[in-house]
Amino acid sequence: MSGIWIVVLVVGAFTMVFKAAGPVFLGTRRLHAKAQSVVALVAPVMLTGLVVTQAVGGAEEIVVDARIPGVAAAGIAIWRGAPIVVAMVVAALVTALVRVAL
Amino acid sequence: MNREFGPQSAARFGSVTSDGRPTPRVRDGVRAALPLVLGPILFGLSYGVLAEEAGMSAVAAVVMSATTFAGSAQFAAASVLEDGGTVLAAVVSAVLLNVRYIGQSIAAASIFPGSRPRKFVESQLIVDESWALSGRSGRFEWPILVGAGLLLYVLWVTSTAIGSVVGSVLGDPNDLGLDAAFAALFLALARPYLRERKAVAAALIAVAITLVLIPLAPAGVPLVAASAACLLGLKR
Repeated sequence: MSGIWIVVLVVGAFTMVFKAAGPVFLGTRRLHAKAQSVVALVAPVMLTGLVVTQAVGGAEEIVVDARIPGVAAAGIAIWRGAPIVVAMVVAALVTALVRVAL
Repeated sequence: MNREFGPQSAARFGSVTSDGRPTPRVRDGVRAALPLVLGPILFGLSYGVLAEEAGMSAVAAVVMSATTFAGSAQFAAASVLEDGGTVLAAVVSAVLLNVRYIGQSIAAASIFPGSRPRKFVESQLIVDESWALSGRSGRFEWPILVGAGLLLYVLWVTSTAIGSVVGSVLGDPNDLGLDAAFAALFLALARPYLRERKAVAAALIAVAITLVLIPLAPAGVPLVAASAACLLGLKR
């Protein structure tokens, strides 16, 4: 089996079990409060980590290029309450324009 | 997420809920998700394009959308593979990204009726948007979660298929600035979580760990290491 299918099937299996965890496996029992507060931080931590890898990540090096102004512009849009789609378009547009200009 | 949610089965068969509002139906859930449709369509297309870039076949991309049905994890896996990361790094970063669904699933556990197989199938419709919409009245509602989840699921899988086929004729998506758009997507998804001081602190630690490790470790590993910042949750 190719590596890609291993990723597809293993991630799929884990995610399906995660989503079913409450209704199927735990019923109405609750997570320990400490475990809950650790789980609550997974989303902000993983998502901001992804922002970094996607904005400056390269092949095992930090690459500063046209992505930076694009992401910065999107960041301003997001903090002013722009919808996600608008933020994505702003980032793409600014980055594409800077790439054409350089 | 810390509220108590009583069994909803009685309310589902009546015409009004205990607080006097009309009982929502599945089609109300579909309607509730209508303002969001551009998201799954554009993200699904983008994911199809990125998956194709990462070397996934259209079938693999669609199977992943149909089974994982979680945008950020799918983007993470495809993005690690595209950067030349290992299979293990792609799996671990995507799986870690979805750990939050355990918490969401536990919070909404009591609204799913019926047998275990039915609960298993219907709980697959939990995704950030459907979960958030179903809890918007202050307690989780099964018809909203299922209606919104179904609409988002169909759009997500369909647009993935289109994106992975059309993507191959689009040329380099980075010329269109799509790499920056993915960063903006993650930033926008992170934004709602960054209202609490502890979440901001954990996110900053994660940024620092990621920046330090990108030049030192294979793609994907920095993200996995950054998840150590979640342990800040143990601190009061």
